[in-house]
Amino acid sequence: MSRIPLSALIGMVVTAAYFLAAIFADVISPYGYAEVVGNVWDPVSAEHWLGTDSIGRDLLSRMIYGGQITIFVAAAATVLAFATGAFFGFLAAVSGGWVDQVLSRLVDLLMSIPALILALVILSVLPVSIPVLIGVMGLIESTRVYRLSRAVAVDVAVMDYVEAARLRGEGTIWVIFREILPNALSPLVAEAGLRFIFMVLFISTLSFLGLGVQPPLADWGGIVKENKEGIVYGIPAALIPAVAIATLAISVNLVADWVLTRTSSLKGGRG
Amino acid sequence: MIKSIIGHPVVLLVAHRIAMGLLLLFAASLLIFAGTQILPGDVAQSILGQSATPQALANLRAELGLNEPAVTRYISWLVGALHGDLGTALTNGQDIADAMGRRLGNTLFLAGCAAIIAVPLALTLGLVSVRYQGRWPDKVISAVTLASVSVPEFLLGYIVMFIMAVRLHAFPSVSTVYDSMSLLERLNAIALPVTVLVLVVLGHMMRMTRAAILNVMQSAYIETAELKGMRPFRIIWRHALPNAIAPVVNVVMLNLAYLVVGVVVVEVVFVYPGMGQYLVDHVAKRDVPVVQACGLVFAAVYIGLNMIADVVSILANPRLRHPK
Repeated sequence: MSRIPLSALIGMVVTAAYFLAAIFADVISPYGYAEVVGNVWDPVSAEHWLGTDSIGRDLLSRMIYGGQITIFVAAAATVLAFATGAFFGFLAAVSGGWVDQVLSRLVDLLMSIPALILALVILSVLPVSIPVLIGVMGLIESTRVYRLSRAVAVDVAVMDYVEAARLRGEGTIWVIFREILPNALSPLVAEAGLRFIFMVLFISTLSFLGLGVQPPLADWGGIVKENKEGIVYGIPAALIPAVAIATLAISVNLVADWVLTRTSSLKGGRG
Repeated sequence: MIKSIIGHPVVLLVAHRIAMGLLLLFAASLLIFAGTQILPGDVAQSILGQSATPQALANLRAELGLNEPAVTRYISWLVGALHGDLGTALTNGQDIADAMGRRLGNTLFLAGCAAIIAVPLALTLGLVSVRYQGRWPDKVISAVTLASVSVPEFLLGYIVMFIMAVRLHAFPSVSTVYDSMSLLERLNAIALPVTVLVLVVLGHMMRMTRAAILNVMQSAYIETAELKGMRPFRIIWRHALPNAIAPVVNVVMLNLAYLVVGVVVVEVVFVYPGMGQYLVDHVAKRDVPVVQACGLVFAAVYIGLNMIADVVSILANPRLRHPK
């Protein structure tokens, strides 16, 4: 195993910092997320490191709690997308025939409508709550995971050891979890990072449009929405989530890039 | 003669692609309809809220035709949509097709302006980064790309607004357009949203163009051209680009399709009276007929652009031109 490159190391440290801040939000945030502690849009000061927001809440605390919600929703949706997408992708690759046809055409159909538009259409009739958001985002994104896992699994499914397992009389589920999954894991791990970032952007966009996390809770997109009126008066409060989202996205990307190159070099001649 | 044209493999492939596109659009309309009708949320309940009386609910259900079977409602909706009748909005009783017509024009104008700037720019930058592969222009371009794809569209919008409109006072921060505006005034009003849209698609388009051309650059005929002593830019221009045209066109079309989605958010940021804002407003108001109609239009544009991408890549493949 080679040394970890500097870029991946930075990525890991920053990503870990965001996750730790999210987990220990209650401990590290100086004020409560809904606590009004100052005037409207106070500038940066010793008491309020990032100033205050549109109704006088401490922006740093809002950002920490917002990060908690953003990261939680994005992570849960990513897990859901991978659980369903990878399972059905492997199932399609192992079964072939009509199962593969039906699933693949269904995915083609779901992907023929842009993800954001489909989410908006569905959210127009469902109550907007965090579990619903996770479900909608996770299922829409599972189509991308399905495509990737099916493609990877089709390559694995023709290997001798899979055939050996089949000849032993193992069932489809056994083959999926014990033969395909371990051998298809590394490309999926790299993809998980990219999907997670996409989920962060997705939930931020929905919240910004007012169709995601509802007040008084707010994720990073919601904080932009709350403070956007300040922009025209030259108050940059709404831009702070941009820094958070961009640094998180770039650092996860750096880690995913490294995982991808590392695993593809490990694969050696199998290419 | 005609028979040979009809039987030509390219024509068959193109016809097949178009038929698939239409089939997909039909299925997408089914999905959009099902998504808003069969889900557990009841449309009447969500319009009137939890406190509605049973009588009011029953009246509204009858008015919306919710008592008829879903299949009947779907067919009458689809037939109406094919005739240009998209129904009326629940919230204000306006005819949807009328309200949408001008907004669609506005949106296409915005997306068109962005495409006219973004496509040549992305291709040029893609060529430059292939020419200087691994050196600083390539590295600068890919760093900027990574940054631009890591920020969601709406934040990019506010960053651009903050710098250009609030700090520099170069352009208006809100893109209001009227019918009486001249073309120049219109262009001035949409300068910022266009900038944002260009930034949004530029990164992707450039990266994919770079990848498509680099793929071709590994061919034997490129090596021959290098050994002949041709200049690098000329090799890329004369040998690599023509062979990469199919993937490049695909890249462009995919990104134009992406633009259709980016437009939704950017319109909301700059309060631009287009389709995106119309859709988002009515999702919040739970105005299902408008949401369905907008979803259908967005899906049609998206599927259409993807279909054109496929058709162009079939036409650009010389191997298919001559039947064996």
